Amino acid sequence: MATDDTPTLHTRRRLIETVLGGGLLASFVSFLYPVIRYLIPPRVVDLGGDQVVAAKVGDLKPNGAKIFRFGTRPALLVMTAQGEYRALSAVCTHLGCTVQYRGDLHEIWCACHNGFYDLNGRNVSGPPPRPLDVFQVNVRGDEIFVSRKRES
Amino acid sequence: MAGLARAREWLDERFHWAELIAPLKKKTVPRHKLSPWYFLGGITLFFFMIQLCTGILLLLYYRPGANEAFESVQYIMTRVQFGWLIRSIHSWSANLMILAAFAHMFSVLFLRAYRKPRELTWVSGMLLLFLALGFGFSGYLLPWNTLAFFATKVGTQITGQVPVVGHPLMVFLRGGEDVTGATLTRFFGFHVAVLPGITAILILVHLALVQYFGMSVPPGVEARWKEHPEEARGTKFFPNFFLRELMAWYIALGVLGTLAAIWPWELGTKADPFGFAPAGIRPEWYFMFMFQTLKEIPAKLWFMDGEVVGILVFGAAGAVWLLLPFFDPVAKGRGRKFVMGAGVFALAYILAMTVYGYLAK
Amino acid sequence: MDTLQSRIGRWAAGLILGVTLCALPTGAQQNSCIDCHGSLDPPLQVTADQFASDIHAQKGLNCASCHGGDPTKADMDAMSKKAGFRGKPDRKQIPEFCGRCHSDAAYMRQYNPSLRTDQLAQYKTSIHGQRLAHGDTKVAVCIDCHSVHGIRPASDTRSTVNPLNVAQTCSHCHSNAEYMKEYKIPTDQFAKYSKSVHHEAMTVRGDLSAPTCTTCHGNHGAAPPGVGSVRNVCSTCHVFQSQMFDKSTHKAAFEKAGLPGCVVCHSNHEVKHPSDAMLSTGAQSVCVRCHTPGDRCDQATAAIHENLLRLDGAIKGADAVLAVAESSGMEVSEARLNQDQARDDLTKARVTIHSFRKELVNQDIEAGLKVAAANLQAGKDALKERDYRRVGLAISVFLILIVLLGLRAYIRMIERNSNTSEGAA
Repeated sequence: MATDDTPTLHTRRRLIETVLGGGLLASFVSFLYPVIRYLIPPRVVDLGGDQVVAAKVGDLKPNGAKIFRFGTRPALLVMTAQGEYRALSAVCTHLGCTVQYRGDLHEIWCACHNGFYDLNGRNVSGPPPRPLDVFQVNVRGDEIFVSRKRES
Repeated sequence: MAGLARAREWLDERFHWAELIAPLKKKTVPRHKLSPWYFLGGITLFFFMIQLCTGILLLLYYRPGANEAFESVQYIMTRVQFGWLIRSIHSWSANLMILAAFAHMFSVLFLRAYRKPRELTWVSGMLLLFLALGFGFSGYLLPWNTLAFFATKVGTQITGQVPVVGHPLMVFLRGGEDVTGATLTRFFGFHVAVLPGITAILILVHLALVQYFGMSVPPGVEARWKEHPEEARGTKFFPNFFLRELMAWYIALGVLGTLAAIWPWELGTKADPFGFAPAGIRPEWYFMFMFQTLKEIPAKLWFMDGEVVGILVFGAAGAVWLLLPFFDPVAKGRGRKFVMGAGVFALAYILAMTVYGYLAK
Repeated sequence: MDTLQSRIGRWAAGLILGVTLCALPTGAQQNSCIDCHGSLDPPLQVTADQFASDIHAQKGLNCASCHGGDPTKADMDAMSKKAGFRGKPDRKQIPEFCGRCHSDAAYMRQYNPSLRTDQLAQYKTSIHGQRLAHGDTKVAVCIDCHSVHGIRPASDTRSTVNPLNVAQTCSHCHSNAEYMKEYKIPTDQFAKYSKSVHHEAMTVRGDLSAPTCTTCHGNHGAAPPGVGSVRNVCSTCHVFQSQMFDKSTHKAAFEKAGLPGCVVCHSNHEVKHPSDAMLSTGAQSVCVRCHTPGDRCDQATAAIHENLLRLDGAIKGADAVLAVAESSGMEVSEARLNQDQARDDLTKARVTIHSFRKELVNQDIEAGLKVAAANLQAGKDALKERDYRRVGLAISVFLILIVLLGLRAYIRMIERNSNTSEGAA
């Protein structure tokens, strides 16, 4: 058995080394690629389940409203005629339909069975048995943050 | 290549590098029909290192705390680039690590590598196995989903049944009387700080002992090689055995990636402490045999509570297992029969009870 | 002048006053009525426990407040004409008997200022009241619904007139075929109502705002709503449907034919959960009762029906794809949430049917189809992402295989060439 490399053995050795080296390098890259991408923070920042950016300043006009997603349920962001923001759960406490804001009445209305709530969430007329949950609104910069109310 | 040589020179001038690694260069691994079993320890270590890496990556986004944990895992699974991959690898590798650890333990047992002088290697290894189970139990709760919540509730409640120390132990584990957000915080502390710290030290001890004593050769092969020394074979650790080990690790990596991509770990639903326990709560598979055993024991045995008897029996079995080498120091005669018999019985029992636990629903 | 006589006189007066005060009723009344009637057999029996649960007792009234007489006297003296005893009123007199207080606003203000005082006036307009005035004593009077001597306020769940119990109370007479024989009205209302979606809302969902008998028929002024006013009754809750119906062609048509609005398609007591099949031409169809199959209206209905089924199918299709994506480990909770929007649109479309105008229904259906299509796309995207992951996996596995082959070849090579590894390769 020859111990010094004959030309074919030599090229064969080089081939194996190249394949192995290249394979190792490529496989490392294929492992590192997801890790590098993972380390870069996503654009949508995780604020936790208790807070969400509902809208940007300027999205709503006075006496206007918008439905946004809060956790797994819809919520309602209202800008009153005076320019104040209110955020409430948009799930009607009667049978769970999604409520809407009535600019003509300055009240929140559920189209399913004609239930009404005032802007503080209190059920004022119709079938709804309980008020809507009210959330806290904070405006920071040009973003409107809505978070669950914390006990003080 | 020239660069490597210069690096070696640099190290040698300062640390006597060549002297340091000389023993490693000479290290050999015995080579016989049962040699492939030697890979299991390394594979277990490999999975542990994967856990370390993916665990640290998960730490960058995970938030402990009952109102944030589930959402942060959901965020990792849906929004973070390749978050689904890191998390699924972490969950699968945990299971594979424990599987490999059990396989490693049983192979050491049946190859009788626990015998003198390697008793402490066995003890440190068993402690590592218990730590691995602790990792599994504490990590399982961290996503704070319904299954994990109730599995933890049942598991810690069983711990509470241990006589005398059970209740204080349960309160210590739970951070209170019930499983709450405090339990989650506590388990998180165990999982990322306490257990890794202890495990790191024990791994170093275990590896140092393995290095010191070298690889054990099964008694039959050892006897033969004593008679015919020319038949003794060994493989150089560097690079031969190491390259083979690398192959095993790459295969393990391929299996892990496939599992994580095709069967991603599910998120479940967020835990509701006031909700009803869903039907068919089970612990993870590595606890199944104990769980099923406790279910099969009748409620009362003589004057004692059936569950307590079961727990005590398992506690005693664990103690015996930890000190197994001392029952059979030289792997001969009655001692050997006892350990072999116990090993076969344990393996059969664990397999049977695990399968039964899944079928009997 | 403080004479001994006047001092003794003052003492005596004080003593008599004290004794009388002690003898007067304080908490536990000295009530000879209950003392006797508690130990009698029914129908004269009224026990202390029974009366203690009565709202009148709790407000401080006693037997004499309604029946007159003197509960402090013993035996028959308590029921003497001199003590003002009114006795048990005739059935015909009961409404006036109760109304003596309950229609007196000034009197009732002492006890509960927000309680209504027009019950008697309403009762007189009811079917029960009118028939009673003509001498029919079989009809319901106050005590038939409110019970007697153990009356609880309507807010008490044990009360016979609590919304949860009203239907049961009415059915005591109205489901008794024997009792109601001479009136020639159906006695299956309660049975039908029990199968209705309103009954289910109240008993299963605990929705106290769900309609029961008195919601549509009135309580004291109970009478079936007139044919023309059925819709008004239903529209108190079902506003949109009523508004649309008002503007539709069916309003004039029904009025001309003297048909009672909503009841024609939805029935009155057995109001079942409506289904899309009501618009079809099959067994559950309500349109074919009037319309000829194949006419212009029928064709429009068929079109509406088809569109509803289309949207329903689209929603279900998107749901199915999302389910597959979810079970493959993809996270699609956002799309799942948006499916609610599509379902809302389907509900809206079903409400718009009451306008009987194809174009309006189609508007809602199109909106819903858009949302369902977007969710379907999200589901498909999730499946695409899943496939992309599998391709990535395939690449990694391929690279791993290359490394494995390379390692194997390398090991073989170094072991064949070297002689420092003891043993054959």
